[in-house]
This record gives sequence, C-alpha cells and structure tokens, in this order.
Amino acid sequence: MSPEPLIHATGLRKQFGDFTAVDGIDFNVQPGEAFGFLGPNGAGKSSTMRMIGCTSPISGGTLRLFGLDPATHGRDIRRRLGVVPQLDSLDQELTVEENLIIYGRYFDLSRAEARRRAVELLDFVQLTDRAKSRVEPLSGGMKRRVTIARSLINEPDLLLLDEPTTGLDPQARHILWDRLYRLKQQGVTLVLTTHYMDEAEQLCDRLVVMDAGRIVAEGSPRQLIEQHATREVLELRFPAGTNADNEAYALGIGDRHEVLPDRILVYAHNGDEALAKAIGAGAKPESALVRRSTLEDVFLRLTGRTLVE
Amino acid sequence: MSTPAPLRILEWNVAVYRRVWRSSLLTSFLQPILYLLAMGLGVGALVNRNTGSGHILGGVSYIAFVAPGLLATTAMMVGAIESLWPVYDALKWGRQYEAMSATPLEPGDIVAAHALWMLFRTGIAAATVAAVMALFPDVRSLGLIAAVPAAMLSGIAFAMPLGAWAITRDREMSFPLIQRFVIVPLFLFGGAFFPLSQLPLLIRYIGYSTPLWHGVQLCRSLTNGTSLSALAALGHIGYLVIWALAGGLLMRRFAKRRLFA
Repeated sequence: MSPEPLIHATGLRKQFGDFTAVDGIDFNVQPGEAFGFLGPNGAGKSSTMRMIGCTSPISGGTLRLFGLDPATHGRDIRRRLGVVPQLDSLDQELTVEENLIIYGRYFDLSRAEARRRAVELLDFVQLTDRAKSRVEPLSGGMKRRVTIARSLINEPDLLLLDEPTTGLDPQARHILWDRLYRLKQQGVTLVLTTHYMDEAEQLCDRLVVMDAGRIVAEGSPRQLIEQHATREVLELRFPAGTNADNEAYALGIGDRHEVLPDRILVYAHNGDEALAKAIGAGAKPESALVRRSTLEDVFLRLTGRTLVE
Repeated sequence: MSTPAPLRILEWNVAVYRRVWRSSLLTSFLQPILYLLAMGLGVGALVNRNTGSGHILGGVSYIAFVAPGLLATTAMMVGAIESLWPVYDALKWGRQYEAMSATPLEPGDIVAAHALWMLFRTGIAAATVAAVMALFPDVRSLGLIAAVPAAMLSGIAFAMPLGAWAITRDREMSFPLIQRFVIVPLFLFGGAFFPLSQLPLLIRYIGYSTPLWHGVQLCRSLTNGTSLSALAALGHIGYLVIWALAGGLLMRRFAKRRLFA
C-alpha cells in the first residue's frame, strides 16, 4: 500500500472558453518522487501546473494536494508549495537577497527568519557572492537559480518547476540539474514540465507524456523507452530532398522506421547490424549514426511529431 | 503576532521606492513652487486687480483660491499615474503579481496593499505641496494639515478605479490617452483654477460629477477656513470614498480574474 499521494488528480480538465487546454488527465504524485510532464509547447503542461499551483481553478474532474481541495484551501496549499514559473518573476530592480527576503515575507516569515533562510539558500544555489547585487544584470542561468532559491524560502513540501531550463545554455542547465538533483536527494518532491527529453531522463523518476491536453503514456523513462522504442536507433542522413527515394533502404532492416524532414530513423535492437544491412543493399547515406533510443523517440512514436520543432 | 498581509506586500513597494524617492521628491517640490509662482502670484496679480473677483473666488485672493486646488490635483495625478504603469508593470513586465499569487497572498491582499501604497504616495505628494504652500503667507494655515488627508482621499478616488482598469489590460496603449483626455482636462476644469460657475451649465455638471471637484472643495475649505456645511463636507467625503471603494472592489475582482484564471 503506497502512502497517500501528495497530488491526486482524476479526470482533470482545464477549459478556456471553447479551447480545451487539459482534457481529462489522471495522475498521482507520491512524496519524495520526481514527477515530470513531458510534451511539446501547447500540450497543456503549464495549465496543469497552474492548477496544481492553485492559481487556476479546475474546469472539471478532481484535484487534491496534500488531501486538500484547491477550490476551498488554495491559500493553505500554496503555503506548502514552492513555485518556479516558466518566466522569471524576480524584481529586477532589487538585489538578489531582497528578492528572497520579500518573498519570504509573503509567506509570513519573520524578517530575521527570512534573512537566515536567504543566506542558506543562496549558498545552496552558489550565489552567495551575488547576494547584494541587483537581479537585472545577472545571466539567465543565475536568475533561474535565484528563482529556485526563492521558491524554497518557505521550505515547501512540493516544488513545482515549469520548464526550469528552457532558454538556458548547456552549462547553466547542468548546474541547475545538479541543484535539483540534490533537492531530490534531500527528499523534496519535484514536479516539473519540460519539452527536453534529456531533462526528463535526468531528473524524473516517473513521467507522463502529454499531447494536446491528454496523457498518452506514463512510466519511468526506462519503462517508456522499453515499451515504445527499441534499444537502439539508426539515424540515416541522405542528401537534402531525397529521403523519400531512400526510404526503401530502411524497410526490413529494423523493427520500424520514421521519415523526418532531415533524416530517416530506423528503430532496431542492434543499430550497427541495421546499418550494415542498409549499406549492403546499396544505400549511400551522407552520414549514419547509431545511438540509444530516448524519450524523444517515445514521443515521436506516440504522436508522430518531434518534441521541439 | 504576525503582520497583516497587505503590510508585508508594502515592504516590496518600499524596497523599490527607496531607490527612486530622491528624484521623485525633488519634482514634487519643484512643481508646486513653479505653479504657485506662475499661477498664484503671476496670474493672481491680474485676477486680484479685477473688481468683483474676490466675490466670485469666495472672498479670498487668487493664490489662496488656487493653491488648495493644487493639493487635490497633485494627489489625483500621482494616484492616477502610479496606478496605470506600475500596476501594468507588476502584472506584465515585472510579473511581481504573478509571484505574489504563488504564495498564500490573495487578490484582496494585493489590492489592499495597492490602496495603502497609493495613500502613502499621494500623502507624500500632498504633504510636499502643503509644505510649499506654507511658504506663501496668503495660504499659510493650520488647515493645511487637515487638507492633506482630503487630498489623499481625492488621489485614491482616482487610483483605485484606474488600477482596476490597468489590471485588465493586455497593452498599455490606453494609458497616455487616459492621461491626456481624462486627467489633464480634469486638472484644468476640475475647479482648481477657477470656480466652475464660470462655465456653461453642461460642462459645469460634468465637473461636479468628477471626484476631483469634490476633493478641491474639501481642500479649499479646510485650507482657507471657509465655511462648508457638515452636510456638504460629508457629501464630498462620501462621494470620494464611494469612488475609491467601488474602484477597489472592481480591482479585486479583476485581479482575481487575471491572476487566478
């Protein structure tokens, strides 16, 4: 018997006028879990996050956080949440430290307590030396780390991250992932949205794949890959505009294949073997690459589209 | 004993204001000085020479007539401008309201904090005007102290409805228009520079219906010690309070719709 879930959603819906952003989804998040919503832009991830964050009333279904109903206990629930919004909402004019302390005051921490936690959290996100500097000149990665520090000021039971690393350079992303991973190890429950499959693979114990407001698959990253993709993928690049002519080489050398605008993907247990077969049949790709399959392949399989266009 | 939520939000306003108050205070001193010199003394010299003007102005010199109006108009300007761009900024550019919504704060807290902040800002602005007025012998009076809260009330009667408007906006294009076609005409025709009795009936009634005219009447009678019946005073105060309250309730409603959609 699993413990009572931190988040429990059944048939959860969000409607904006005629537009259905979230179309009846079911999921549970257990304490200590890192749970992800993976999907392209417009899949309904952010709407779901805002409902979980109790800043958007649900249009249908049920939603409970810590066993409480957001419609009646929004304030009590928000008291226990940390939120990292998709767009930074730091006050650019104020210092890093002021941002944290003022935010702490919104949770009714005493000034002294807010200050004490701000020092600790800035150390955690490795920005102690920037405590007194204004937010505005900081890099995107640093601002995100300030936002993460800010979201932890109330020692939340649940941390919500909406596309935490979108728009950051690879180095900044890795620093952020490292910090989030540490939080996870400390037992903080993480719920995040992303359209990066590597982010989902790095951080999530369990995730749901969303498309057009629905959940199309659920499981651990490994399970999803095992269920919906082969062990390896062979990527064949042919001269521009000749993919259709070369599709025949992809037939029968793996379990299945996908023709993308810029390349042909062949799903096979053994990518090298598949490549040898294609070359044997006379294929002349400009380049060929064998790699392990990823959540991107899962998404492609489930929706026929790539995650990031 | 914890601090009420709106006061905790004000700590944010104060932190931001601490960075800009010097320059904003300088202009709030300079402007009334220039106005009182130009209108009060310059134009006043002409007006006072005109026999009968004293009667129309209620038995006072022109500077004594025009200066108290400046208390109300200044508060109106500050209340209006500080409720348009800054509210929009906190909604769309800086997203501070979004940040607040993710905490235990409610729309009512955000709007109450805005009201308190507007009282503070209009209070500072009106007190500055009052301090400048005290430099001019004709308008120096203890009544100035009581006129400051009356000016604050006039300011917030504009701040809250305009804040309600600003928080519904997706673009800020209407703000300069509001400034040009609502605030500036009111500044000119709200009874601050001449009695509305000088105007055609229709315009006169438009003037009477605006909060500014009521604020000007209050400030003027308090400063000059001219008599105002209790009923009239209550009427003016009540009218301003209604604008402020209705604006505040609307703003809370729109803030909820906007921030908790």
